[in-house]
Amino acid sequence: MSRLRHLLGIAELSREEILKILETAQKFREVLDRPIPVVPALRGKTIALLFFEPSTRTATSFNLAASRLSAQCVNFAVALSSVKKGETLLDTARNIEAMRVDGLVIRHAFAGAAHFLAQRLKAFVVNAGDGCHEHPTQALLDAFTLREHFGTLEGKRVLIVGDIAHSRVARSNILCFNKLGAKVAVCGPATLLPPYVEELGCEVFYRLDRILYEVDVVSMLRVQAERIGASLFPSLREYRQLYGLTRERLAKLDPKVVITHPGPVNWGVELDYDVSDLPQTLIMNQVKNGVAVRMAVLFLLAGGQEGAE
Amino acid sequence: MSPKRLLFSGGTVIDPVAGKARRQDVLVENGMVVEIGRVGAVGAGGERVDCRGKFLSPGFIDLHCHLREPGEEHKETIETGTRAALAGGWTQVCAMGNTNPPIDSEALVRFVLTRAREAGLARVHPVGCCTKGRQGKELAELAGMKAAGAVAVSDDGSWISDGELMRRVLEYAKTFDLLVMSHCEVPELAAGSANEGLVATQLGIAGTSFVAETAAAARDILLAELTRSRIHICHVSCAATVELLRWAKGRKIPVTADTCPHYITLTEDGVRGFDTNYKVNPPLRTEQDRRAVIAGLADGTIDCLATDHAPHAQEEKEVEFDLAPPGMIGFETAFSLGYEQLVLKKVLSLVEFISRLTVVPARIIGLEPPRIALGQEANLVVIDPDAKWTFTREAILSRSRNTPFLGRTMRGRVVATLLGTQLWTPANH
Repeated sequence: MSRLRHLLGIAELSREEILKILETAQKFREVLDRPIPVVPALRGKTIALLFFEPSTRTATSFNLAASRLSAQCVNFAVALSSVKKGETLLDTARNIEAMRVDGLVIRHAFAGAAHFLAQRLKAFVVNAGDGCHEHPTQALLDAFTLREHFGTLEGKRVLIVGDIAHSRVARSNILCFNKLGAKVAVCGPATLLPPYVEELGCEVFYRLDRILYEVDVVSMLRVQAERIGASLFPSLREYRQLYGLTRERLAKLDPKVVITHPGPVNWGVELDYDVSDLPQTLIMNQVKNGVAVRMAVLFLLAGGQEGAE
Repeated sequence: MSPKRLLFSGGTVIDPVAGKARRQDVLVENGMVVEIGRVGAVGAGGERVDCRGKFLSPGFIDLHCHLREPGEEHKETIETGTRAALAGGWTQVCAMGNTNPPIDSEALVRFVLTRAREAGLARVHPVGCCTKGRQGKELAELAGMKAAGAVAVSDDGSWISDGELMRRVLEYAKTFDLLVMSHCEVPELAAGSANEGLVATQLGIAGTSFVAETAAAARDILLAELTRSRIHICHVSCAATVELLRWAKGRKIPVTADTCPHYITLTEDGVRGFDTNYKVNPPLRTEQDRRAVIAGLADGTIDCLATDHAPHAQEEKEVEFDLAPPGMIGFETAFSLGYEQLVLKKVLSLVEFISRLTVVPARIIGLEPPRIALGQEANLVVIDPDAKWTFTREAILSRSRNTPFLGRTMRGRVVATLLGTQLWTPANH
């Protein structure tokens, strides 16, 4: 297995590469439980976070991951306004190149932004979400969390519910879970499912109740109110009735079925608040594991020394 | 500039009007064809162009290109564009009017013609706008533009959404026997950056389905039938539009159509990797569409090949995929790409292919079909059918370099173009 150069998407990763990242993450997961959760693995390395879109969880998670590997982490504070002033992504890339950072974590509103930088920079590039395309570290941390719970994803049935069309998390998850041997289904109204979605490697359901009680994992996506303006669905009320994991549906759900969500959650829309306290809700585990997975990604890309973890 | 006397000797001269090809020498003096047949010597001060194993064709006519002047001279000028055109064998090009300002008046048509005359390279036939300011709101002065030299009108780049207005455009244009060209795309259905399909879904890019094109073409074709006006459908990209055209021609609706080299060469797979040079409008479609478009050319449903040469500056194209303007340059690669897909793959004979680049587009815009004939101005292209050549960045004559064909090795090449006394060869540019 050749060394990873960038992490642009799950599409570019083999099953072996995914497993390598997850196994490395396991070691870092143990580090995080130590009294002082820091290792010197990337001492002297510099990682820049370049977030063109607001993010709490992902930016903080990468920032902590870098710090816990003893790397320096800098934030390029990029507001979309500076783009409007004429700072292009290419100029930004050249500036970063000039400052000689080792690696770059980018989030951007447009698909392909991470690929764009990777084609032009010597530094390694981690895609922290590009438009509606991919969010590979989210898929990896989801896979990590599910493997932690079940031991394996082989043969597990995973249902992803909601706005698949606009979700980079869904695309990365479908690819990742398939590569790890799970069976994936998606559910939502046809307006929120992209054309040829089944060819991404999933079964398609329009009615939640047809599939909800058949699966091992229910992954709920955040539904965005702005899609109402585009007539993709008429109201949050109707969405909740059709696709929300409501108290009534929860009552019928086997407690062995686990519930995930990439966050931030719209409580009362895709998930009723009752879900938050349930032991089978893994949302906080996802967040915790996110740091370990991102440590593994940065470590492998920055060429950290084996054993230094 | 060419020498005073030029003898093209030993080549096969294609006459696309008669549909024939014959071994003939062609002697040109001061930009005029003075002898055809067996010419012994070029005479003192003359030069011989060895055309053995090569074909001579009349210069090609491009129904659709963007020369960007006035307003966007950083992308292309009439001079740089018409030089690139000559290098590709295009001696006459129809320049779309979506410049800044748009070509919507007699004065602006005259401006384009003046600049083309000053450049003195390929001939430019302006395409004026159908509506004032290309805004799709009010009829422009079509008669004045026609009188000034516009060969057609189009709001290219923008479809005229208002069906009543499009009806009036067709009727008014018909009054002056002026061709209307339509860039068919229902705007509400065309918000994407790539073809709607698996590739766009995988890349997370918003897609534009073929319906945007075919639905628009259907309305325009029906309006042409209703008004008995001629309509030309630009850059056909999908199977459904080909079927629609076949139906329309079967009904004897006065419709013609073109497609571009990229729609018969590339598919949506090109956009994987997010290379904005593959972003065009309409978008590159599926393999099935590509084959259907070729079949449309084969049976004449699609009349001819146009370049849709659309230069954009590097800084405009080297951005996020969704932000990049659509379009690719095409003059310098169009012949070879068409030759590969149509002639080498035996879809069309060479003579038939040449007629689709010459006689057919000439008839669509009402020009005299070009021929290599005694007493005529020299307007010819030398084609080397066996040439194998690689398109390189350094060789590009267009001011812009937005093309996905860089580094591509192609078969068949234009090795000389002569228009009057303007001679282009790869060696002399």
